[in-house]
Amino acid sequence: MIPFLDVVRRSFLQAAGDGFVGLSNYRTVLSNEAFRLAAGNTVRFIVVCLPLLLLLSLFLAVLVRKTVRFQRWVKTGFLLPMAIPAASVVIFFQMVFDEEGWLGQLVGLFGITGRDWLGEDSAFWVLVGCYIWKNLGYDMILWLAGLGAVPEEQYEAARVQGAGEWACFRYITLPQLKETVFVTGLLSFVNAFRVFREAYLLAGDYPHESIYMLQHLFNNWFVSLDIQKMTAAAVMLVILSGGILAAAERSCKTAE
Amino acid sequence: MEIHRLGLLLGKKFLNRLADGILLIMFLIMIFPLFMLAVNSFMGKQELLETCGAVLADSGGHVRIRFFPQYPTLRAYIRLLLDSPEYFTAFWNSMIQTAGVLFGQLFAAAPAAWAFAKFRFPGKRMLWLLYMLLMLLPFQVTMVSGYLVLNAADLMDTRAAVILPGIFSTLPVFILQKTFAGIPEEVIEAARIDGAGDFLIFFKIGIPLGMPGIFSILILGFLEYWNAIEQPMTYLKTESLQPLSLYLPQMIHTDAALAFAASIVTLLPAVLLFFCGQDNLEQGIAASGSSMRREID
Repeated sequence: MIPFLDVVRRSFLQAAGDGFVGLSNYRTVLSNEAFRLAAGNTVRFIVVCLPLLLLLSLFLAVLVRKTVRFQRWVKTGFLLPMAIPAASVVIFFQMVFDEEGWLGQLVGLFGITGRDWLGEDSAFWVLVGCYIWKNLGYDMILWLAGLGAVPEEQYEAARVQGAGEWACFRYITLPQLKETVFVTGLLSFVNAFRVFREAYLLAGDYPHESIYMLQHLFNNWFVSLDIQKMTAAAVMLVILSGGILAAAERSCKTAE
Repeated sequence: MEIHRLGLLLGKKFLNRLADGILLIMFLIMIFPLFMLAVNSFMGKQELLETCGAVLADSGGHVRIRFFPQYPTLRAYIRLLLDSPEYFTAFWNSMIQTAGVLFGQLFAAAPAAWAFAKFRFPGKRMLWLLYMLLMLLPFQVTMVSGYLVLNAADLMDTRAAVILPGIFSTLPVFILQKTFAGIPEEVIEAARIDGAGDFLIFFKIGIPLGMPGIFSILILGFLEYWNAIEQPMTYLKTESLQPLSLYLPQMIHTDAALAFAASIVTLLPAVLLFFCGQDNLEQGIAASGSSMRREID
């Protein structure tokens, strides 16, 4: 914690010496084009991924509860990507998404020419897919825990009164999942920043601009030891995260 | 009436089939990358060049998708295990780094989690929120302060630079707090009446009863730090200290024939551990969720 206070102090200082420069570091960062691009991409990524992942994993969790036969297998298969290090799948992704790669061959069958999927706007969607692949199992387990906490008697009571599957889900399950939504969303948000690993290993320091994230930017600032910009940006991100946390907690409470 | 019921039953059966079908397809998609890695790792040099050369070695032509090697061989594995010392250095770097973090986490996270679960102290709620905030922050945000500290302590570019910050991760505290909070208060009361002090209670009751939670954090921690990329990338410069997660991607360019086998060997420790401890892992994930939603008092 104390190191962070030092960061706050430094964010107001000059690069050389100890001159106080007020908010000028913050102004530099905010007007920095790379920062705008990276922040925009990061926000876009989270806005696209979070709902997609949450809905898909909830849908699968509901299905998993219905199936009896493969439950164990399905869980294993879905959690497995979590255990696979990013470094190991890099070669697989290269084989798939290269201009001459497997995906190019596959779409070739339908008369579409393959492209360098990571060198264009499609890179963004590759990363989205990668994130979902990696986190689907994790979120599914969180949902399953939430779903399991709903008392079985409530369903039985509703069924006796003639409620269908959808009605049960809509009026019993969903209202009791509010807290789980909050937690799953929060953890998925944290994990969203980890796709940097795959992005970095696949595309390096300067990937296609559709996947140039804040993480890349921080990393490049770090390489050039641009401490001023980093500290100012870090302070802003901490304040933003704190704000999101507080807002999420409040909205969760008022919902109850 | 009977017919109606039969129709409902059939409809239900059909829905269940549909659910199974969807799950099966998703299952296949999820494990497809692992399957392809394994298949290609059993190919010989020549076959790899034929199927993947267009991408990995710029040999021109097209790649081919083959779901089974025509001439399966273990040669890539043998060459990797007997004849690539750099790979081994990186492998051990990863091991030391991961083991160091996990070992340290036990000593840091267990007492912290115990304090959150069993004691009341002033500022506890604030501290808990602070932990939550810390968990929320991506590595890149804490990277600067980490660097400033490590630099001042002259630890940059040493193994400790990766291990020390990892020890004080917050997720293990969340998971263990949940486990410890589940230990019934009566057990602790009974021990106290028998004259056990706080330390004795922690070691004789907290640790043994908290074992499932401890396994959970060890597995989650292993998966996380075996896969660590950001930390070694920023805090290590020396090539001979690099873990597998950084060395492996370079290998694809220098020795493509080995890259598939190397990828498999890299993921093997994590995947084996995953299969041994899947239940603990699931409990850990569920605990991380439920300990965050509960208001701490």
